[in-house]
Amino acid sequence: MTDKALVHHLSAPRAKGRPRVSTVIVVTLGVAFAVVMLSPFLLVAMNSFKSNADYSANGPLALPKALDLSAFERFLTLIDFPTALWNSVLVSGLVTLGGLLISVLAAYAIGIGRIKARTWVVAVLLIATMVPQEALVYPLFYGAQATSTLNTVWSVIVIFIVIQGAYGTYLLAGVLGTFPKELIEAARVDGASAWRILWRVVVPVLRPTLSVLAVFFFIWTWNEFYLPVVLLGDSSSQTIPIALATLRGQHAIEQTTITAGSFLSLLPTVIFFLIFQRTLSNGVTAGAIK
Amino acid sequence: MTASAVTTRGGRAPAPPRERSERPRYWAYLAPMAAGFLIIVAIPLVMNVWFSLHNWQGGASEMTWVGLGNYVELMQDPTFWQSFRNTLYMIVAIVVVPTLVGLLLASVLFNLVAPRVGERTAAFLRGSYYLPQILPIAVAGFMWSWILDTDGGALNAVLTAIGVASPPDWLGSADVAIYGIMLMLIWLQLGYPVVIFMAALGRVDPSIYEAADVDGASWWSQFTRITLPELKPEIFIVTLTALVGALKVFAPILILTGGGPEGSTVVPSYYAYRNFFELSRVGYGAAISNVMALLILVIAIGMLVFQRRATDD
Repeated sequence: MTDKALVHHLSAPRAKGRPRVSTVIVVTLGVAFAVVMLSPFLLVAMNSFKSNADYSANGPLALPKALDLSAFERFLTLIDFPTALWNSVLVSGLVTLGGLLISVLAAYAIGIGRIKARTWVVAVLLIATMVPQEALVYPLFYGAQATSTLNTVWSVIVIFIVIQGAYGTYLLAGVLGTFPKELIEAARVDGASAWRILWRVVVPVLRPTLSVLAVFFFIWTWNEFYLPVVLLGDSSSQTIPIALATLRGQHAIEQTTITAGSFLSLLPTVIFFLIFQRTLSNGVTAGAIK
Repeated sequence: MTASAVTTRGGRAPAPPRERSERPRYWAYLAPMAAGFLIIVAIPLVMNVWFSLHNWQGGASEMTWVGLGNYVELMQDPTFWQSFRNTLYMIVAIVVVPTLVGLLLASVLFNLVAPRVGERTAAFLRGSYYLPQILPIAVAGFMWSWILDTDGGALNAVLTAIGVASPPDWLGSADVAIYGIMLMLIWLQLGYPVVIFMAALGRVDPSIYEAADVDGASWWSQFTRITLPELKPEIFIVTLTALVGALKVFAPILILTGGGPEGSTVVPSYYAYRNFFELSRVGYGAAISNVMALLILVIAIGMLVFQRRATDD
């Protein structure tokens, strides 16, 4: 170690005579708190693999005596889980695509086209994203009935394309407001149409923002509850959250069945979180929040 | 100036022909969003106001005009007031506790754990606090129906193990149920302020903290003198966002208690739902949801005004 490095090391906060005990205490508390926060996940996972007899004999805190999949089997007889999973993927996937499409188009009109009254359009759309679904639910229920889309995923898909799209428009319009004008001008001089400029110039530049938005649209739609629970009464159309809520309302369910069901249902979300962890935490802090 | 300028309204110079011809085309790009907004948000909102001025059982039944009658009835309805009292509990669980604890945790992770132990440990701890945030609220509710189960549920097993003689009947007792729901909501919400506040601390000029270190300021005095004032904008945004969330709590109530026992956990959102779909009192449900929408609108406008002022500064 050179002298310079030594001096630097000595002057670092760590070596300034702070009691190291406090560091130990703080870290211990931080870790203990993390254990508390994670324990529901761990307990759910652990109890999913127990037999009913094992659970009632040893309680929820003991490790499973033997690996047992009967709880999963029981859960899968109560719920058509593959269908619910497919409905969740279908709804979230189509809403993500549709929401991105209409928000890119609308934001193009606002941010690049600089249409009249754009400030008002953005303000109205932002407020639209905050309207509680409670105030829309009955008319939408009525409308879904009238268009025979009640109890089908299509009512939910169309509704959330618009709701997510309103937020996306607000966000993208802000981003496009600072879009480099020279790029647009150069393309115009070359004779490109507005449509061509959108897809060849604007969208490629927006791609990073769009991918963050896509991750959020997907997970928000996956988690939606109020409108879907009203509109998706039929089990063939239900997403995972709605299927779980319906199940809980209908039966008294054994405890291990609940844990196995929770485990299966949280698995896709946790996998999604692990894949997109960076996007999610950066996006939350960048103001892409709801 | 040429004659063409005179014919332009307001005497403004005419727009270059290219831009003028492009205006209507740009409107076309807005059309899908505008149509969607009308059909999914604007018209339903107007219909909901219209419904709230009637007594109506829904479907083909007859609508009777009652003017503001439903709103007058609301003001005298003990369940309605109970639901808003319960919203205060939801505010404690979603706004007050997570924001305060989140401030402390973010500061501990950022100012103590990251510099003394390492960025990775801090990031791991932050991730574990954040994990519940990603769960669909219905899945969380389903999980917690087991955790809060009085006989053989996980929480009471833990309480018994540490020597609590008669652990509470979490979801079965009218005095306790709301606290059970609050526990779940605190667990669910906590990660959000931690992540926001930690990112905000990254924005603060590190030399401020270094100077305070040189002066021998303790962590606590750095927390109150530097961290809190610097984080004011984020605290405001987190508080308002969470406030809207607290007003909209629904899934945990539907899944865990159904508003019971004895109506002790009814919240506005659930009360509206019940009137719409269980009691067939559509007009009354519409009135409840309009009151909610109005409250949320006021909060949202407050947030917009604040953000505009913050960016103007």
